[in-house]
Amino acid sequence: MSSKKTTEEPPQTRQSNGFSRRTFIQGVGVGTGTAGALLTTEAEAAPAGGVVGPGPVPMTLKINGKSRSLEAEPRVTLLDALRNRLDMTGAKKVCDRATCGACTVIVDGQPVYSCTMLAIEAQGREIRTIESMSPNDPVPRNFVKHDAQQCGFCTPGFVMACQSFLENNPNPSQADVEAGLSGNICRCGTYVGLRMAALDAAKEVKGARRG
Amino acid sequence: MANTYDWPSVEDRSIIGSRVSRLDGPDKSTGRAKYAYDRNPEGLLTGRLVVSPHANARIKKIDASGAEATKGVRGVVLIKDVGDEVQWVGDEIAAIAADTEELARDAVAKVKVEYEVLPHLVNDEDVKKAGNRVTPDQDDSAGDVAKALQDADVTHEGYYGVATITHCCLEPHGNTVLWEGEKDITVWASTQAVGRIGADLAKNLAADPSLPKISPSDVHVITPYMGGGFGSKFAIDSWGIAAAKLSRMTGRPVKIMLDRHEELKIAGGRPSWYGNVKVGAKKDGTLTAFESETWSTSGMGRGSKAQLPYVLTELKDTRIRHVTVATNTGPARAWRAPRHPQCAVITHCALTDLAAKLDMDPVAFFKKNADLTPRPDVYRAELDKAAELIDWAGKYHKPGAGSGHVRRGVGLSIHTWGGAPHDSQCRVTIEPDGAVTAELGSQDLGVGTWTVIAMVLAETVGLPLSQVKVNIGDSRYPPSGPSGGSTTVGGVSSSTRRAAVNAVEKLKEKVAADLGASSKDDIEAKGGQLRLKSNPKKAMTWAAACRKLGTETISEIGNQPDRDGGKLADQGVGGVQMADVSVDMETGIVTMNKMVAVQDCGLIIDLKTAESQVYGAMIMGICSALWEERVYDEISGAYLNADMEFYKLAGIGDIGELVVHMMTGVYDDRGVIGLGEPPAVSPMAAISNAVFNAIGVRVPTVPLTPDKVLAALEKKGGMA
Repeated sequence: MSSKKTTEEPPQTRQSNGFSRRTFIQGVGVGTGTAGALLTTEAEAAPAGGVVGPGPVPMTLKINGKSRSLEAEPRVTLLDALRNRLDMTGAKKVCDRATCGACTVIVDGQPVYSCTMLAIEAQGREIRTIESMSPNDPVPRNFVKHDAQQCGFCTPGFVMACQSFLENNPNPSQADVEAGLSGNICRCGTYVGLRMAALDAAKEVKGARRG
Repeated sequence: MANTYDWPSVEDRSIIGSRVSRLDGPDKSTGRAKYAYDRNPEGLLTGRLVVSPHANARIKKIDASGAEATKGVRGVVLIKDVGDEVQWVGDEIAAIAADTEELARDAVAKVKVEYEVLPHLVNDEDVKKAGNRVTPDQDDSAGDVAKALQDADVTHEGYYGVATITHCCLEPHGNTVLWEGEKDITVWASTQAVGRIGADLAKNLAADPSLPKISPSDVHVITPYMGGGFGSKFAIDSWGIAAAKLSRMTGRPVKIMLDRHEELKIAGGRPSWYGNVKVGAKKDGTLTAFESETWSTSGMGRGSKAQLPYVLTELKDTRIRHVTVATNTGPARAWRAPRHPQCAVITHCALTDLAAKLDMDPVAFFKKNADLTPRPDVYRAELDKAAELIDWAGKYHKPGAGSGHVRRGVGLSIHTWGGAPHDSQCRVTIEPDGAVTAELGSQDLGVGTWTVIAMVLAETVGLPLSQVKVNIGDSRYPPSGPSGGSTTVGGVSSSTRRAAVNAVEKLKEKVAADLGASSKDDIEAKGGQLRLKSNPKKAMTWAAACRKLGTETISEIGNQPDRDGGKLADQGVGGVQMADVSVDMETGIVTMNKMVAVQDCGLIIDLKTAESQVYGAMIMGICSALWEERVYDEISGAYLNADMEFYKLAGIGDIGELVVHMMTGVYDDRGVIGLGEPPAVSPMAAISNAVFNAIGVRVPTVPLTPDKVLAALEKKGGMA
């Protein structure tokens, strides 16, 4: 992340409702505007005309093709709902503020930092998590083949970011891969394997548009 | 019975030395691997810490009544008491367990702590301001450095330094703890020391007389996976003790994992190192004198001796002085190759500047002085290899000789490390159905420990990898040492080899008569068979041999003593790294073009994960060379970048091309030697030297951030 140009937002930080990390940060930047921006987003997700919370409310999330019901406060993030309410612990909590990508899941076909999306906001959307991946799928298999992992704590986020990137970007160059995965951080230093894994998996990912 | 354990000869190896994908890979890349942070036992409570906002203060009052009355709160324990001092921002005061993480956070906000704020110091670079916070650690003289400097043809004096960095483990420090009944404690720990956590927790709980007396064996530690340690995860820590007490108090499991800002403030810190160096040499480049006066901070902790001059330890005339500055910053923790990376910068940057004054190419200078190292031939061979791989001859120029607004340069550094085996016990069992299992109370930090054990076991029993099983990460298995100082691979590979050899010897006894062996020494376990060496056609399949056990199970222990590797493991390695960078003279931004690591580490078990270790070390080194530093506000003592937005780490596009060359085959007879630390030493010095070569002026301290690069250029008189 460090020395990169920041004029362009990495593609995977965009969320499907047009609420992006960039606009979120801009919102934070205008002080009192922050609360306004957050409230608007929350209100849009709430049932029509109603104010919910602050106590737990029932919600239904569509995860990996299955409906999952839970009760959680409206302030609970999608990441905490997955990990703490549904025991789906593949997505990891590392920075908890949309910097490191360890919590990446795919929502309506786009990668999302699940630490920065409210669970209540994720209702009605198609959520795909690392739990949907099999070791024989191209991305995880190539992560193993190229040793694109050490401690493994960033790995599920990288796998989902890579999967989504490849579905949206057929035949990427190494520079494309580096731009596309620049929203995730690894501490052990597995980027050499990651580059090779992403490029090799690109040849196999189903659903990728062939150019 | 084999009395002298050894590795199979090269021609007898089918698995050791090959490239095997890590066995824990599929579980990690599909999210199935369960870390301490992922444990959600029935009835789980989540704990959060109350931490100090002040850099130094005395606690006057703690009122936790508001927290205790908060909905969903099940327990509060104090870590500090009234009258205690907090000594850095983030210092732990109390822990609260609640039904959910959100409710625990609400409760933390309701704890009222009154402080008497005390004076603080957070700046460790300006030693003149440190006053009585300075403690001498070292004043070692050898020969007569004053005379040597006087007699030298060329001398150089310079100031160099390295900022404190933090470990920033992606899985933060923490544990999930369940205390059942009187003494039955389970700790799912994020740790580098499965075998030590029980004793550490028991000792700390003994300080509270209201608790039952706990023995280390009452504590069951479970760590199949852990999300990064790098030297910072050996202790149970205050938050682990608090989780145990909260579990005892509530009868429910309690998870306390640090918040990201806490992880950066209190759970990692590689000491800084700054100082002035004087060096002298003869006209022909022979180094003759080294004098240094350095200082570092370990937070409020004790310092340690400088390792100077680094690697060039045979130099006769030296004087090394070092002091520690006590600062109100988080405590120091070991970081890959403690002191070595900092001392590499202090030494090799000064020597590269000296080489420039001598008008000498650094490769020639270091080769000339290789006799001052304990391994002259190793370093000369590695310098040649690295120079070839980075095309040093094609890229090197006199410092600052380039033109244009982007300048390119190359630099080098050399390093060393011990890496002796730690003590380790392995139990290998062979079942009548042919199942083979190794069990060790060791841990895999993500370096391939699990895979290495399986490879040694499979090689020794003559079966494919898929037919052996390895169990680690549990304190109920035979004990192994903590994973620190690159001691694990030597320890576990040797204990596994010993146990597997012992077990196979037992099996040979069972089949000797059936095979018609004159002696069991004529039997070998290879290719899934037990067969006669003298007549390989006389063979039994592994399964048939194991059926001979009847109802008996072979269970043998392999005992690797601490440090003494015999023929299986050794210590002491050398490595060379070279960097190729570009520097933008207008913005001060340094970009990595290429970096080369040449490394020996004796016999390599798994070449694939060994290379990954070196790549990882280089990338961590790039992070610390270019971006990583803790930023404190001197006035308030606040830690300004305790997050991952402004505590900068490299992304996938920031590392350039990396090349790793392992000196395989050359030093195999030495046995296995640890690899975690050595390649992590050189990157900062190599990159700093490359920047010097590019711009012709030394950026004195690491990280080489744009502001410092521009300041150095300005001092030189701009980019011209």
